Amino acid sequence: MDFELNDDQRQLKEAIAGFLAGEFPFERLKALKRSGKAHDERLWRGLVELGVPALLVPTGAGGLGYGPIETYALMEAAGPHLLLEPVFASAVLATLVLEKLGGAGERLLGELARGARIATLAHFERDSRFELEPVATRAEREGSAWRLDGQKSLVLQAGLADVLLVSARLGAAGSGAGGLALFEVPRTQPGVRLREYALVDGQRAAEVGLEAVSVPAAACIATGEPVPRALELAVAEASAALGAEAVAIMQAVLGATIEYLRTRQQFGQPIGRFQALQHRVADMRVQLEQARSMSLLAALRCRSDDTAERRRAVSGAKALIGEASRFIGQQAIQLHGGMGMTDELQVSHWFKRLTAIDLWFGDSDTHLERYLVLMREEVSSDV
Amino acid sequence: MDLDFTPEEQAFREEVREFLRTQLPADIRDKVLNGRELTRDDYVLWQRRMHQRGWGGMGWPKAFGGAAWNAVQQYIFEEESARAGAPRLIPFGIKMVAPVLIAFGSPAQQQRFLPRISSAEDWWCQGYSEPGAGSDLASLRTRAVREGNEYIVNGQKTWNTLGQYADWIFCLVRTDPAAKPQAGISFLLIDMKSPGISVRPITLLDGTQEVNEIWFEDVRVPIENRIGDENRGWTYAKFLLGHERSNIAGVGASKRELARLKQIAREQRDGRGRRLIDDPLFAARIARVELELAALEITNLRVLSAEGATRAPGPEASILKIKGTEILQSISELLMRAAGPWALPFEREAPAAGWQSTPAYASTTMASYLNLRKLSIFGGTNEIQKNIVAQMLGL
Repeated sequence: MDFELNDDQRQLKEAIAGFLAGEFPFERLKALKRSGKAHDERLWRGLVELGVPALLVPTGAGGLGYGPIETYALMEAAGPHLLLEPVFASAVLATLVLEKLGGAGERLLGELARGARIATLAHFERDSRFELEPVATRAEREGSAWRLDGQKSLVLQAGLADVLLVSARLGAAGSGAGGLALFEVPRTQPGVRLREYALVDGQRAAEVGLEAVSVPAAACIATGEPVPRALELAVAEASAALGAEAVAIMQAVLGATIEYLRTRQQFGQPIGRFQALQHRVADMRVQLEQARSMSLLAALRCRSDDTAERRRAVSGAKALIGEASRFIGQQAIQLHGGMGMTDELQVSHWFKRLTAIDLWFGDSDTHLERYLVLMREEVSSDV
Repeated sequence: MDLDFTPEEQAFREEVREFLRTQLPADIRDKVLNGRELTRDDYVLWQRRMHQRGWGGMGWPKAFGGAAWNAVQQYIFEEESARAGAPRLIPFGIKMVAPVLIAFGSPAQQQRFLPRISSAEDWWCQGYSEPGAGSDLASLRTRAVREGNEYIVNGQKTWNTLGQYADWIFCLVRTDPAAKPQAGISFLLIDMKSPGISVRPITLLDGTQEVNEIWFEDVRVPIENRIGDENRGWTYAKFLLGHERSNIAGVGASKRELARLKQIAREQRDGRGRRLIDDPLFAARIARVELELAALEITNLRVLSAEGATRAPGPEASILKIKGTEILQSISELLMRAAGPWALPFEREAPAAGWQSTPAYASTTMASYLNLRKLSIFGGTNEIQKNIVAQMLGL
């Protein structure tokens, strides 16, 4: 049994943490958010040089061929900095989708690994909420080309992306539920419209309209059963990554809260002397450790071939980490008093990212219910 | 024992409903019901309508131009107002400084200030908290030094709500630094146009600027603007805090938001087409908070009927504050979770920009959730309220 990062993984984590500590202190984040810019180009270049977008790209496609534990190390280092860079959108989620599909996506994977292009997944739609299945966007064959029509929602960092990975159902509109396909669509392709907006945590996303978008046959990365399977596996692994990010943020939140309780004086003493507040902080630490354990479990199991085991670990982690994030985030604001409500301190920024993380790919209750269904199946099959 | 309101109280409720039906402008109602921000003019207009109806000082005695409503009448008014989507009445004038003026002010102060509070000619704000004096309010350090017929005030106040709109501020200042903390405080009324006052907005986590820091630099305040005796300000402040909590349970607002949550749960569907109200986990959360609210409503009414009209609220107010804020925070959290991924976009005006995807209700749910974290912090943190309850229990 070993719950430690190996030397390579530790070096990776330390390199990223050291780079971000120097280049992206909280004051930079605040200035960046106020500037209205989507991200900091120089910071992204630095992350590319550190090999971040290459981590999850297979060696055969020009990447480093790492897996979920390295992703865990990456998110642990990057989490507290609340990056607005397309690390998650491109280097994790989009890369994972392509990695799961292999084949036609390999050339693009190589470009992502080098930082030559940025990609994002354009899969979810208006009625998706937290499910992967609902896809109304259509792909129709027109000679040697494909024609895409539909609308994608909450496409993370779409404005920064060179390439959108668009899922679509094969066949003309109204022709019933065909199989899925995944397309590589340049953001600037005629017929692609973006309505961009800021998210609560400062990242940007967009509604993406696709109107008679024509792409060549080679833009179709995959069709049929491999597509939903790749999406499920990629989203499971990306959920584990988000869990690691949340745990790192919770750790930072707890540290800042303890520091505040040590320094803030009321009634002639640091407020951390009050037992009621000490117990609150102890409860936060208990939840943090539970969340960290589930995050590790998800990292260790999210590539498992045993479907039930994989799903239990990922949904269990998302459920518990979501609850811990809410508790720790809310209590951190409360214990900081009025100061916690301000934009001035980092605690409110961490709170917002924690709140946002729970809302990607299913909130804690959604995953509790998925876990419940898996548990019920297990209990029923025991009989 | 009887849960029903008396026929007189029911008639009063009808009167309030009729007033709300005829006087509340539709645009203001829509803002309130959809969780959007109100302007200064919205608040002023609504207080003026109250004033024109003779309800400007709803809880004040008739002799001071008030409507002399008792606690039950005020409760009914708040409940109906919340349901109808009326703005909350800005409390700093009518509910905070006015009762202090009535109880401890000179006749000259009463005649000068009360009518202008009722008519919304003057907007009041509060100068209590300081950077080093929050929960421990008595440690405040803003100094007022007597010089002839004036005080010279120096210091800094913080968490001042909507002071950017204010004409006047009521302030706790230290007039005797040698005395015990509570014994050296005076209660001053200060004209916000006085030279030496600067107001700096604090940006909150939801992007709003509803609170300020206020700096006083050699601000001259005539001694006739002091309430009561010098160094007795703590007594008046405690009296005021008792009044601040008189409607802190916020049952009306919670009932309105709960009804909105249930409406949304009936319409919003998950990714498999199931309505949220048919999601057993989500429905259980709604049921739980509805039960808490049902209990709180009765608790609130029990406190009101024990209190009668005139007595200042007792320490039971702390129980109402703790539970009331927890409930409203829970409901705001559930509204945000109902919106799900649609709570992520953070642009209040997004629906007006003509998005097709976003459910109309969703755009303000995140901002409200973030903003309402303040409920358990301001007006005496819930931790301080628990101290009060524990003291009340003899510990």
